[in-house]
Amino acid sequence: MSEISIKTPSFNHLSAADLDLIYAPSEDTFLLIDALEKDLKEIFKLEPCICLEIGVGSGVVITALGSALGPSSLYFGTDVNEFACKKAEETAHLNGVTLKTFCCNFVDSVPDSVKGSIDVLIFNPPYVVTESDEILSSPLASAWAGGEKGREVIDKLFPSLSSILSPRGVFYLLLEKNNKPKEVSSILEQFGIFKSQAVIDNGHGKKNCRV
Amino acid sequence: MKTLLQLSNIFHDRINTIKSIRNMKLITHNMLTSNALKTVKEGYPLQIYVDEVKQVDVDFQQQFITKTVSKLNWKALLFGAKCIGHSEGLPETLPENWESNDELLKKLHHVLLEIEVITGSLECPETKRRFPISNGIPNMLLNEDEV
Ligand SMILES: C[S@@+](CC[C@H](N)C(=O)[O-])C[C@H]1O[C@@H](n2cnc3c(N)ncnc32)[C@H](O)[C@@H]1O
Repeated sequence: MSEISIKTPSFNHLSAADLDLIYAPSEDTFLLIDALEKDLKEIFKLEPCICLEIGVGSGVVITALGSALGPSSLYFGTDVNEFACKKAEETAHLNGVTLKTFCCNFVDSVPDSVKGSIDVLIFNPPYVVTESDEILSSPLASAWAGGEKGREVIDKLFPSLSSILSPRGVFYLLLEKNNKPKEVSSILEQFGIFKSQAVIDNGHGKKNCRV
Repeated sequence: MKTLLQLSNIFHDRINTIKSIRNMKLITHNMLTSNALKTVKEGYPLQIYVDEVKQVDVDFQQQFITKTVSKLNWKALLFGAKCIGHSEGLPETLPENWESNDELLKKLHHVLLEIEVITGSLECPETKRRFPISNGIPNMLLNEDEV
């Protein structure tokens, strides 16, 4: 048992109509929060200055982290879904966390000078195995549809990862078995400097990668 | 098949229904570049055009603002503040001992956290491509032929 725990943010402001347009907090969402909770001591020790979640969705994950770490870090979220960006800020605000979001692909619009200083990077990606053309078939599909092996979206992020994280940065990526977490580990290693460890949990693989 | 940008337009109508609360602040501006555009070298800082701004009250937390400023790019901050008409009293460079300069910290708190852009746009300094800010969220998505 870890002594520090993470409070699950409240998100009952999200209406059923909202959840037609954004990814509802789901089992994987909470797995990711659990993973952060498990590592919270380590994360504290990093004294993170910038935490960023890609695909912020409802915002509950970064909000959970933000309420545990407090305002000593800045919190940012990106999403290709503008509505999710807005809702995520709302979630954070209602839980006392200052989160700023912007709509972009991964972290494409973050300048290099900032990219290299992200201490905690989080991504619960669209990872469900689907046909390739399902990914952009509708706004909500782009929240979960991952194409072949569920990896078509995630794989595009990998090449830029090492320049995103700060030297002490950690990356939390949620995967499931079908995504071939081992293969992902070796891809990450090819891009340099990553040690990764996979934790299999309820059929979901959770990856925690450090530079 | 649609592009990400087309998909994102679908959300506009829905966002309009949120009467809310938080919008783009200068902290966010500091985090944005247009250099994902194929011909752009730096794309930073972006010019801000304001159509609608709002002032909000945020509690002053010295530790937070000090930490934030230490992480931000001062030139871009100053430029952003000029764009939105709030650069008065901000020095060209961050002076020594700024961490203990209460007056400066309060000013920075105000310009970084209490001024919010609801509607406007961000402009790439090199190509003049504009990115909309609507409902307080900057949209940096690009068309496929732009990357
Ligand atoms: C599985 S949902 C996770 C949402 C939320 N973080 C959670 O854990 O509940 C994936 C999110 O990533 C977003 N997304 C998909 N592709 C993206 C991309 N290329 N860049 C940024 N966000 C993306 C989707 O819009 C969606 O909100």
